[in-house]
Amino acid sequence: MINEIELIDLLEKLCIADGTPGNECAAAEIAKEAIGKYMDAHIDNMGNVVATQKGNGKHFLLDAHIDRIGMVVTSIADDGFIKVGACGGVDARTFDSAEVIIYGKKPVYGVISAIPPHLTKSGENKASDITDVVIDIGMDKETAEKYITPSDRIVFKSSFKKLLNSRVCCAALDDRAGVLSLVLAVDMLNEKEIKPNLTVVFSVCEETNGSGAKTSSFKASPDEAIAVDVSFATAPDVSDEEAGILSAGPMIGFSSTLDYNMSRQLVSVAQKNDIKFQKEIMGSKTGTNADGIAVSGCGVKMGLVSIPLRNMHTQVEIVDVDDIRNTAKLICEYITERMEEC
Amino acid sequence: MERILEFARDLCLIDGISSREDDVRDYIINKIKNENTCSFIVDNLGNLIVEKKGKKKPQNKIMIDAHTDEVGLIVSYITSDGFLKIHNVGSINAKVLLGRTVKVNGLTGVVGIKPVHLVSKDKSKDIPEKDSLYIDIGASTKEEAEKYVSLGDSVTFDSDWSEFGENNEFIKAKALDDRLGCAIMLEMLLEEQEYDLTFTFTVQEEVGCRGAIVATNRVNPDYAIALECTTASDINGVSGEKRVCSLGGGAVVSFMDGGTVYQKDLYRKAMDIAEDSNINAQTKTMIAGGNNASQIHKSACGVKTLAVSVPCRYLHSPSCVVKKSDVSDVKNLVVKLISEFAYD
Repeated sequence: MINEIELIDLLEKLCIADGTPGNECAAAEIAKEAIGKYMDAHIDNMGNVVATQKGNGKHFLLDAHIDRIGMVVTSIADDGFIKVGACGGVDARTFDSAEVIIYGKKPVYGVISAIPPHLTKSGENKASDITDVVIDIGMDKETAEKYITPSDRIVFKSSFKKLLNSRVCCAALDDRAGVLSLVLAVDMLNEKEIKPNLTVVFSVCEETNGSGAKTSSFKASPDEAIAVDVSFATAPDVSDEEAGILSAGPMIGFSSTLDYNMSRQLVSVAQKNDIKFQKEIMGSKTGTNADGIAVSGCGVKMGLVSIPLRNMHTQVEIVDVDDIRNTAKLICEYITERMEEC
Repeated sequence: MERILEFARDLCLIDGISSREDDVRDYIINKIKNENTCSFIVDNLGNLIVEKKGKKKPQNKIMIDAHTDEVGLIVSYITSDGFLKIHNVGSINAKVLLGRTVKVNGLTGVVGIKPVHLVSKDKSKDIPEKDSLYIDIGASTKEEAEKYVSLGDSVTFDSDWSEFGENNEFIKAKALDDRLGCAIMLEMLLEEQEYDLTFTFTVQEEVGCRGAIVATNRVNPDYAIALECTTASDINGVSGEKRVCSLGGGAVVSFMDGGTVYQKDLYRKAMDIAEDSNINAQTKTMIAGGNNASQIHKSACGVKTLAVSVPCRYLHSPSCVVKKSDVSDVKNLVVKLISEFAYD
């Protein structure tokens, strides 16, 4: 059984790892090793980590995405500054003077350039367009070209920090927190000596087009699936009408693109097992891998569980480790109950 | 040079917003207290004033100044759900706070921001107003936050010291403004000096150059040099005079800035000396910014004052960036200026 120290350590390793869409290998290797302790795991054509276990009854698929948002080098300017494009939905409001690492021939450190206040017209305080964002790496063009080429990926330099209670802060908790919850869920099933027919996928490219989840679920062709992602948590500028509550447990998704019975059963499982939970109501598409998995192959009964998270798509995402643990517990108990029904 | 950077690293990592410069001052005192040539006092405002004995007593009294404080924040309110509201100490743009971690009483805090997904498209580039900013320390309630934080506590940038560029010729840190100036002065205090000098490590520059007023009144020098970091915008997308000054261009000597009109002959002399001594020097191509010179020159009975600065990108942010070669240029120019000012 994974202890508290191992759990936090694994989360930190996952969050610090590189792994922007289309280039997930660094994080995928860590995730593969973690899930490989319980199941046969490999990396497929798309770069997805796919772990399988032959067992009894229905075939369940659990998905969390392994990619993280970042940027990509588009060109090197004549003065050596690096021009960039978005690789996933980055938030330019948090860019000024932020520190980054460019994964070129060697990791290159840089600071996102910021126009100083004396050149900003009064009243004009806007974030830059991504096409105007440049990174200062302290090199001229010729030197920069030795290490960096267009297509190199860029991530925010972020360290893993503990806050009060069991809350932690880092970039890439979206969705490395989800990845951890699935490793933990499998660990819990293992403890109970329950052996379902199970596929666990840590999928690529959720932040761009969801291609990893669609293709891996096509191949696995499960009876039902649960996607674990993160969702908005309240803060002084985020109301409880538009978000869940941090530390109040996993958010069980209800949406017209999800299986209503699964949503309801997830709620009843949480209630029966005294697992904290909250409902997340969405009108149609969920904006997660659940949308793609449900309509892959001949169709999959789909559930969605989200871990509440603050400051989404910034370098200071915050989750509560208790919410991750409760998410794992909910999934473990759900699969247990479904297997007992058969 | 190596030792200056060592001092600068230590000093930048110390936290000391305006009026809370104690730890910075203690670090400096600790380094000089056993030096026979140094005697010092700490005045009522917290300025550290050091008399350095040189080989000769100059005809003119010369004061070298750097400020010990840094920009930061102060906790002004705790919300019912345990978030900290803040006020600026010194000038900080909200842009460099959003999405950053900060330090509060040894805890990590986070300057949060509403996820861009929840912001309407036409507002998605707007920077939130300063008074809507908050810090998240992970507390769930006001009572819980109050166990760790009180109103009036300091909040500082969470930023390490990094060296970068192909040969690590650049430095990124918080508070380079003006711990770099302090580090140069500390080095000078530990070196042999030709002339007796007075070094003032002054408080509260970021909130109106307040320490420098009383330090100058006490020292009453004939000449003063303020050592500073000044805004450089030699970045991609900025051209011509708007670049102000450049990293690698050497010591910055201004003829005029937001706080001071420098005496023309003094400015001219500094530029000539730099040229004659092959020291890289440059001026500012915009009249912007300000520093302790603004108070020093009009304190006591009036002081002939110059500001000599290290050009610095992203000033007043957690990631100030300077180039090492400029630091030596500043020090070398100051040494030359001292010999020039010693006698009329």
